Amino acid sequence: MDKLLNDFSPGLFVVSTILLLALIALMVKFAWKPILNSLNEREEGIQSALDAAENAKKEMENLQADNQKLLQEARLERETMLKEARGLKAKIIADAEEEAQAQASKMIAQAQAAIDSEKKAAMAELKSHVAGLSIDIAEKVVGKELSNKGSQEKLVEEMLGEATLN
Amino acid sequence: MKIFQQSFKFLALVLLVVLPTSIFAKDTKNDGGQVNTKEEVEAYILHHIQDSHDFSLFSYTNDEGERVHVGFPLPVILWTSEGLVTFMSSEFHHNDDGSVIVEKDGLKFAKIHSKIYELDKGASEVKFDEDHHATNAHRVLDFSITKSVVGILVIGLLMLFWFSKLARQYKKKQIPTGFGRVLEPLVLYVRDEIARPNIGEKHYRRFTGYLLTVFFFIWILNLAGLTPLGFNVTGQLAVTACLAIFTLIIYTASGNKDYWMHILWMPGVPVLIRPVLAVIELAGALLIKPFSLLVRLFANISAGHIVVMSLIAIMFTLKKELTPIGATGLSLVLSFFITLIEVLVAFLQAYIFTMLSALFIGMAVEEHEHH
Repeated sequence: MDKLLNDFSPGLFVVSTILLLALIALMVKFAWKPILNSLNEREEGIQSALDAAENAKKEMENLQADNQKLLQEARLERETMLKEARGLKAKIIADAEEEAQAQASKMIAQAQAAIDSEKKAAMAELKSHVAGLSIDIAEKVVGKELSNKGSQEKLVEEMLGEATLN
Repeated sequence: MKIFQQSFKFLALVLLVVLPTSIFAKDTKNDGGQVNTKEEVEAYILHHIQDSHDFSLFSYTNDEGERVHVGFPLPVILWTSEGLVTFMSSEFHHNDDGSVIVEKDGLKFAKIHSKIYELDKGASEVKFDEDHHATNAHRVLDFSITKSVVGILVIGLLMLFWFSKLARQYKKKQIPTGFGRVLEPLVLYVRDEIARPNIGEKHYRRFTGYLLTVFFFIWILNLAGLTPLGFNVTGQLAVTACLAIFTLIIYTASGNKDYWMHILWMPGVPVLIRPVLAVIELAGALLIKPFSLLVRLFANISAGHIVVMSLIAIMFTLKKELTPIGATGLSLVLSFFITLIEVLVAFLQAYIFTMLSALFIGMAVEEHEHH
């Protein structure tokens, strides 16, 4: 201990204190501050670049998800549209059929009515015609009756034949 | 220590080319300068781990039997009884036992075991008592630019140069190039592994500058201590004390209310025990923590230097038992592996010091959840 104390040099202590203080001050000012600042800046730069890359990746993923969603939506829309079209088609066909049916039944009814009226008209004409013929026949029968019984019958037959031909 | 001289030579040659101020100082005392016995080895090691007033790279004995020291003298700055006195350390002629007296401004100085003493008035040479304490001289406040101060200055400038260069690089580009690429992960390591987890996300920014400075300062100086230049800055009590006191001041000044509450009036314990705990806690916060910091670093680094040098000294001390080749081989192998471990310890001690500083600061600024 005595020797250690003897070895301790107060002068060197003072000199080294001054020199070290100067060295620390100079190093901090000219070396450590700029170095540490630059290192921090660089690290922050790297960090922000990494963050930016991460963000870009996320955005990319979002975009992709959006795309997927859009695609899905488009697909759904197409399907609904197709479905609607199919429904429309069926409806149009059904409507057309119905309409045609109605038209047809209407036409049939009209035709029937026409036929009926024609039939009535024909019947009326036939009746009047038969009446005329009957009168004619009756005239002729009455005219020839006295002359010949045989020929009278022949005449009626002829008249009837004529009547049917008419 | 011939092997030291050899290993110093290459580096010294390089430095000699670079630095023209280096001088060859001649010391006429002729003892061959060799260190062979256990006592001499011990003295050499103890001398080495102390701070030194001149920067000697190596020494050798020339053909005329003169001891030649190669290195640089450093300025000696003293606050004496008569005021400031300055001269160059070369005036002591590498003498370290007090026999060379330097006269300056009417005062006489002697250097004994790397410490400078001012001789009392009228004395012309240093007298020692039985315990080898000087009786007619006293220590002076020594603000000299010693080897440690040179180490601090060199490493400080190096750190400023390296890291301000790194700081400038960030202005132009995001990722540094060259040596900055080595430094950046170290800075990040201290910030993310030491400051952030120990102090907490909210406060760590304020203290990172200090922790970074201390970490690199200790680590680089520890490593410099392993080079043949032989710095032992982090093995100087004055330096580690200075670092520990900085940490003490920082965590004491930034302690919040909770921290002081837990020290002075511990909640959740019986009132009678609280004053006792306060004494213990105060001693822990103000004495034990900084003391453990300063002693740990000082002891580890000094011990490292002593172990490496002792292992190198095996080649002299065990020369008889193992033959010169065996002793040299053993010494080389052991000192090689211990030096490797020391490289690890250099980092480890810097890490531990910074880590504990951060931990202490973290304890002071921690926000407790109130129950």
